[in-house]
Amino acid sequence: MNDTLTDNTMLEVRDIKRDYELPGSLFKPKKIIHAVKGVSFKLERGKTLAIVGESGCGKSTLARMLTFIDEPTSGDLLIDGQKVDTRPGHLTQEMRQKVQIVFQNPYGSLNPRQKIGDVLGEPLAINTSMPAGERRDRATEMLKKVGLGPEHYNRYPHMFSGGQRQRIAIARALMMNPKLLVLDEPVSALDLSVQAQVLNLLADLQDEFGLTYVFISHDLSVVRYIADEVMVMYFGEAVEYGTRDEVFSDPKHEYTRTLFAATPRADIESIRARIAKKKAATAA
Amino acid sequence: MADAIIDKASSGTQEPVSSSAMRRQMLKEFWFYFSENRGAVIGLFVFLLLVLVAVFAPLIAPHSPFEQYRDAVLVPPIWTEDGRAGYLLGTDPVGRDILSRLIYGAQYSLFIGVFVTTLSLTGGILVGLIAGYYRGWIDTVIMRLMDIILAFPSLLLALVLVAILGPSLTNGMIAIALTLQPHFVRLTRAAVMAEKTRDYVTAARLAGAGPLRLMFRTILPNCTAPLIVQATLSFSNAILDAAALGFLGMGAQPPAPEWGTMLAEAREFILRAWWVVTFPGLAILITVLAINLMGDGLRDALDPKLKRS
Repeated sequence: MNDTLTDNTMLEVRDIKRDYELPGSLFKPKKIIHAVKGVSFKLERGKTLAIVGESGCGKSTLARMLTFIDEPTSGDLLIDGQKVDTRPGHLTQEMRQKVQIVFQNPYGSLNPRQKIGDVLGEPLAINTSMPAGERRDRATEMLKKVGLGPEHYNRYPHMFSGGQRQRIAIARALMMNPKLLVLDEPVSALDLSVQAQVLNLLADLQDEFGLTYVFISHDLSVVRYIADEVMVMYFGEAVEYGTRDEVFSDPKHEYTRTLFAATPRADIESIRARIAKKKAATAA
Repeated sequence: MADAIIDKASSGTQEPVSSSAMRRQMLKEFWFYFSENRGAVIGLFVFLLLVLVAVFAPLIAPHSPFEQYRDAVLVPPIWTEDGRAGYLLGTDPVGRDILSRLIYGAQYSLFIGVFVTTLSLTGGILVGLIAGYYRGWIDTVIMRLMDIILAFPSLLLALVLVAILGPSLTNGMIAIALTLQPHFVRLTRAAVMAEKTRDYVTAARLAGAGPLRLMFRTILPNCTAPLIVQATLSFSNAILDAAALGFLGMGAQPPAPEWGTMLAEAREFILRAWWVVTFPGLAILITVLAINLMGDGLRDALDPKLKRS
């Protein structure tokens, strides 16, 4: 990353760490688990950083720290050039509004007893003194932006499909005009055709609102499609960090190479090669 | 049912679906699941009948519940040999018409049920929400306290409380509410703990919702189903406990036509005049049974695990 571009930096993370403490008992000493062991990166405005890694490597913990759900054990978090005081109770409302998250599971992230209109209007109702009519207009407008219609305003979440729900979750995240959107595996619970729709929607919204994305995923084909920069995490450490082309064409770390090798390939060449290999194995 | 919803959703009119139409739809869905259970529907009708009887008691009752007919002491029901016209279910040892007393007694029973349930429900929800939301030492203190209350037999605890507060219907109701409360606290706490970890709660917190809003607006509406079921069951429990207190002379005081008190007053005539104990007993039995059946149906209709969502 170029240091001269600092005023264009949306998000900077310096040596962030998160430890979980397992309480000990009479016979078991206290145990500390290092979920994230000192990760640093910078992200420019309007760009997308993809964080890749296997389950349990700390990518979701990192996402929770970026969105202030969890407090980092140590390290600094700079958003829009300002250092964020992440201690509970010290977070300013303005800072909270700059970062929003879209969760992995669209079936758990919407309140089943809340109408879609209220889901979208809630952030406005809490943070602003906007009258109900205006909130309604804003929510309807946002529904249209994510590809739904005003007729969905009064419906409940159980009346929507997974893809539609994820659109609603994205709309909710955008209601307060955030600058940074953390997407925690936003498409992994959806089927392939819907995945493509949601990814295209995300790309459109990024252009329209000038959003910066931190995109967490374990699906390399999705990452290749959406990311500008890629960070590979392995056991709480960032083992590889660079632009998409750098990482995909010339993986430096052993784990990254293993990860790329594990991607299923469906092109004709590789299928032929695989069949030939299988035949050779049975013949021998 | 599910197909109908999807059809409605995909027909895609440009108008937003109105709230009243949505509510009608949900009510229809609720009734669909509720009416699957025949016992529950019967229970509901018996309960509604009871409510009507209680409301219109002055119009229905043939006599005043306190009027003592000196010439008609211990008259058996009308269909027996010695029955007398005008006293459908016979009279009690001081010549009061049992049917009229039962009709007025319905008022007492329903009032006891409503009062006790409201009291223990609101108290239980508040305490349970706090315990489940904040956890930690508050949770431990509250739950151990509830365990202590649960360790006593409920009627015994109610008796002790009434003995301290003095025997009256109000004190009896407060005592019963206190003994029923731990069930609500536990249910609320368990439901809150389960809901609190869901993503939509985190999302609401990220939107800036404070603890009060999170507890009452976000989490509580999703915990109502088990609470409604428990409320109906404790409604019948309250009636039963109040009758027991009345029978022991610690609840409603004579001459109030409370069903348990009626049983207590007629205790010495059990062998001579079967009707003075049978009818109040039957009234209690039928009421409690009907409400319990209704509660079962409510559980079927509201339990999300049984619902095809």
